[in-house]
Amino acid sequence: MTAHDQFAEDLALYALNTLTGADKAALEAHLAGCAECRRELEQLHTDISLLALSTEGPAPPARSRQRLLSAIAQEKPAAERESRRSSAWGWFWVPSLAAVAMALVAFSLWRQSQDLNRRIKNLEAQNSQVQSEVQHAREVANLLTSPEAKRFTLIAANARPQPQAKAVYMASTGKLVLLASNMEPPPAGKAYEVWLLPMSGAAPMPCGMFKPDSKGSATMMGPGMPYGTEAKGFAITMENEAGSEVPTPPILMVGTG
Amino acid sequence: MSAVGARDQGAMAALYDRYSSVVYGVALRILRDSAAAEDVLQDVFLQLWRNPGVFDARRGALGAWLAVIARHRSIDALRKQKPEDELPETVAINMDLENGTARRRVVEKIRAVLQGVPQAQRSALEMAFFEGMTHSEIAEKTGEPLGTVKTRIRAALITLRKAFAE
Repeated sequence: MTAHDQFAEDLALYALNTLTGADKAALEAHLAGCAECRRELEQLHTDISLLALSTEGPAPPARSRQRLLSAIAQEKPAAERESRRSSAWGWFWVPSLAAVAMALVAFSLWRQSQDLNRRIKNLEAQNSQVQSEVQHAREVANLLTSPEAKRFTLIAANARPQPQAKAVYMASTGKLVLLASNMEPPPAGKAYEVWLLPMSGAAPMPCGMFKPDSKGSATMMGPGMPYGTEAKGFAITMENEAGSEVPTPPILMVGTG
Repeated sequence: MSAVGARDQGAMAALYDRYSSVVYGVALRILRDSAAAEDVLQDVFLQLWRNPGVFDARRGALGAWLAVIARHRSIDALRKQKPEDELPETVAINMDLENGTARRRVVEKIRAVLQGVPQAQRSALEMAFFEGMTHSEIAEKTGEPLGTVKTRIRAALITLRKAFAE
């Protein structure tokens, strides 16, 4: 999956002005350096304009036309009055007017500068939040996947340890983390394979292979499923080390949400 | 547009006659109130009069751009929020929108394509477009996962795009 694919859906929301917060800040940072995504954004504005055009219907009331024309007529004389006043006073006032104009330009530039500063501060705040979230996610991922981390599984006292696995999956990103414990070592040339059972009822989808360590524990991060693939549950089978495209019976473990 | 830039009131009136039904149609559909829709109509054309340079006429179609701006302004009014600054400078579209008859044919085709979009996709897109709902709000309202909502919105837009690329 490319960065463009990753941002494709957020781009549509951005074009609709409905993307907010950290997602918006991350996309804007990407857009600043990605001409391909900027072209896609322009195309999305065209797509959206089609939807807007679909609403064309009755003409507005006649009073709206008169209201607009009156408004623009009133704006024009105002400019002309300024012009006439200027010529009546003659050239004597030109230096003063130039000073006023420069002051207005300076004020305008100062206002723009203030506005840019405010935007920069907003972006910095959003960036800081994104960084913080990334750092937190990284720490969680490191802990879950580190070979140094010790795993403890608590079960009812006096119960015989049973193989168990926990799958953590997010459909919107297609990311999967699987934590297994008390797993039997697989025979030579074999490994465990994890399967996503689609909500749609489609065939199980392979998510990855793993072999437990000497204590029967394993942590596997899936390679990433297609965006939006909803899972009804997950299952584990024993397959050849090379992996399989279809699960080989028996299903050793299964869990549904 | 260049005549409008030169402060020609007659040219502005002609632009209004050509595109007011586009702007009013969007505003009325979103706001469902004729007085509020008239306010958006006034606002959009007055902004164009005051600052004609805000639209890049070399690269796009004014009718399509006005439709998009009308949508943004209507959502601002609907959600009682400060007007967005980040508006597109142009909207490129390879169709004749100046001629009323040709534009009506385009509109009929758009409506026909939308009717063919799966209901769930169309519904998600309409909630985002006409109500200004974020994908989180749509997910909460429909009970669908966030990723599904995002995918549906984009899929509906891409269907529209492909229909007009043929």
